[in-house]
Amino acid sequence: MIAETGHFAMILAFCVALIQSTLPLYGAHRNRQAFLLIAAPAAKLQFLLLLWAFAVLTVKFVQSDFSLWLVTANSHADKPFIYRLTGVWGNHEGSMLLWILMLAAYGAGIAHFSKSMPDALKARVLGVQGMIGVAFLAFSLFTSNPFARLISPPFEGNGLNPILQDPALAVHPPLLYAGYVGFSLAFSFSVAALMSGKVSPDWAKWVRPWTLLAWLSLTLGIAVGSFWAYYELGWGGFWFWDPVENASFMPWLAGTALLHSALVTARRNTLHSWTMLLAILTFGLCIAGTFLVRSGVLTSVHAFATDPTRGVFILMILGILVGGALLLFAMRSAGLSSADKNVPFQPVSREGALILNNVFLASATATVFLGTIYPLVIDAFGLGKISVGAPYYNAVFVPLITPLLMLMPIGPLSGWGHSEISPVIKKLAMAFVLAVLGGLTVLIMSAGHQGGAALGVGLSLWLMLGAVADLGKKIRFNNVPLTRLPKNILKLPLQQWGSILAHGGLGVMILGIVGTTAWRSEVVQAVVPGAVMKISGYEVTFNGEATVSGENYSAERGEFSVRRGDVDVALLKPEKRFYTVERQSTTEAAILKNLAGHLYIVIADETISDGMASRVVRIWYHPLVAFIWIGGLIMALGGVAGLMRREVKSFSSDSV
Amino acid sequence: MTIRVASKKFNFLLISIYLCTYPVLAISPGEAFKDEALEARARSLSMELRCMVCQNQSIDDSDAPLAKDLRMLIREQIKAGKTDDEILVFIEDRYGEFALLKPRFDIKNAPLWALPFLLILAGIFLMRSFFRNAPKN
Repeated sequence: MIAETGHFAMILAFCVALIQSTLPLYGAHRNRQAFLLIAAPAAKLQFLLLLWAFAVLTVKFVQSDFSLWLVTANSHADKPFIYRLTGVWGNHEGSMLLWILMLAAYGAGIAHFSKSMPDALKARVLGVQGMIGVAFLAFSLFTSNPFARLISPPFEGNGLNPILQDPALAVHPPLLYAGYVGFSLAFSFSVAALMSGKVSPDWAKWVRPWTLLAWLSLTLGIAVGSFWAYYELGWGGFWFWDPVENASFMPWLAGTALLHSALVTARRNTLHSWTMLLAILTFGLCIAGTFLVRSGVLTSVHAFATDPTRGVFILMILGILVGGALLLFAMRSAGLSSADKNVPFQPVSREGALILNNVFLASATATVFLGTIYPLVIDAFGLGKISVGAPYYNAVFVPLITPLLMLMPIGPLSGWGHSEISPVIKKLAMAFVLAVLGGLTVLIMSAGHQGGAALGVGLSLWLMLGAVADLGKKIRFNNVPLTRLPKNILKLPLQQWGSILAHGGLGVMILGIVGTTAWRSEVVQAVVPGAVMKISGYEVTFNGEATVSGENYSAERGEFSVRRGDVDVALLKPEKRFYTVERQSTTEAAILKNLAGHLYIVIADETISDGMASRVVRIWYHPLVAFIWIGGLIMALGGVAGLMRREVKSFSSDSV
Repeated sequence: MTIRVASKKFNFLLISIYLCTYPVLAISPGEAFKDEALEARARSLSMELRCMVCQNQSIDDSDAPLAKDLRMLIREQIKAGKTDDEILVFIEDRYGEFALLKPRFDIKNAPLWALPFLLILAGIFLMRSFFRNAPKN
């Protein structure tokens, strides 16, 4: 009975979304206050209804109510509590409900927090949010009903894919969805402006915080996913250029471009059309990503919950929402561009740098898109089957993005409108010299063999030191006495830290990527107890193994003593688990984590070596690898800092 | 939907998992060359070839028997004195272009290789229009 109230709440939410997507738009069009004011309460009501539906589904998972088909297919009574809870979104139907709940939450957020926004704009934005809600609620109700019942419930469920039985499942999908769905607001703001046919100078300032929130969630979500893959998949890879990863990377790239173009629009009151187009495309990529992941048209290591009929539905949503928005854009954007203040740009200026950033990021997005769908296109034309994998991206994406990284520190140091190049050079000279020296050191130490690593280290230093130079400029390092600097740092508005942290964090991340890519070492050996393996200054002794049992699995657990020099540093216990319900095995790596590097041990099959039963052991040393995720975290912090503005100043006072 | 359908799907999942054990676990002991330079070549070739029974992995990452066979095949070819290109052509002839994770440079793949760079050029060209009217200070 409780489950039916959840289902019913979803249906009611669908009806509310229908109202939200029609009456307020009519009201805004005809200027009927009564209709217009329906938007905000409708958005809040839709959210509350979906919250109820989601809570019901969660309770059903926790209770292991196997009369629900979804619980039977994806859960098991013996599963630890946390995975019964997070298992709600460890499947297609439940994760779609989470997606829709977050969509409604953003709508309710706009309804609640954006008090200063004109009623008509708010009504239009919420109206468009309502349309997205209608589309995805219909998708959920008609193709992916999470509340479907079974006539004769079984005594036990099928369990959850063991790979997903991990604490990261608690945060990875919610963060990722908060990102995808967050970009819907930028979309709605754009369509709202296009509908009204005019754009207010404050438009970009309302869009930017929501875009920033979506961006930082997506950044964190991708970082958590990468870390999860790193420790769970058994060899320490952190990025696979897998179609599903690309599906999250494309909106990230486009969203990053959007953040930067919205900056130009907010500050200089120009580039409105481009910013709107980017907003529409960014959310379009989010839906396209959902399509790629859920439809099964692409094979991926993330292949869970795929179904072609659902794919067609999502493709229709994509066509109607994004196609409609693009059509509207084509018809109306020319009229809007008259809103652009026709300020001439100097090539060397903040605007110039930001536009160049957009050229590169848009091309990078297109490249990932191309690589992801090209095999489908070739196949559709009957030209055979091809694969586009990591070697392609290394050959194309890396050279494409390198110039952008080289230009990155210059942007924040150049002034709005126009800028002399010489002060910028002066401020960055030290960073440049140190970065080149760093790169050269790597080149010389590797006797010229590691050009790629040298470039990477140089770029990483360039970005980190460039961020320091950015800070130096903001605290007026050159113009005030040293004693005043601590005070200046403390008094620096948090928002000013945004670009420093985001750009510097990327430098930190690149250091980690270069470290593990260029200097990773590996030992693969069949060992008997007592065997000693040497890797990167560590001495690893295999003490033996034992069979242990966990809450819902049994495992072979190896024990390894790790020594460095004459000191015992750790006892590592990697496992090879077998989940009895799901009948699947996983490897649980044991990792000794240091900032300098990770010692990563997994155990594999038993084998016969020299006539003795032995265990295959694989050990990696991943130098600097932690900086990948530390960098991601710093970037996200930059996003948080960017959100911390005391109030939205009106355009006129800020535009000078 | 009945439970039978679900369990059928589940079986399919199981089969694909047995074909290609999910935890990716590269090469086994005894596979590797003693000579480090030859081994490095074998590894970098392995990273360019797709494990065809897996979802989306190179044969260097995969634990599937077919991936192992391919790795051994590459090492035999290296031992036989073939160049990297010859080995890639050999694999492509046997298994088709699908096996290459880096598509060939040919007419069919021209958009894949050229478009990214053309886009940058086009973008920079379009950008110029913003600056054309800009007066010098």
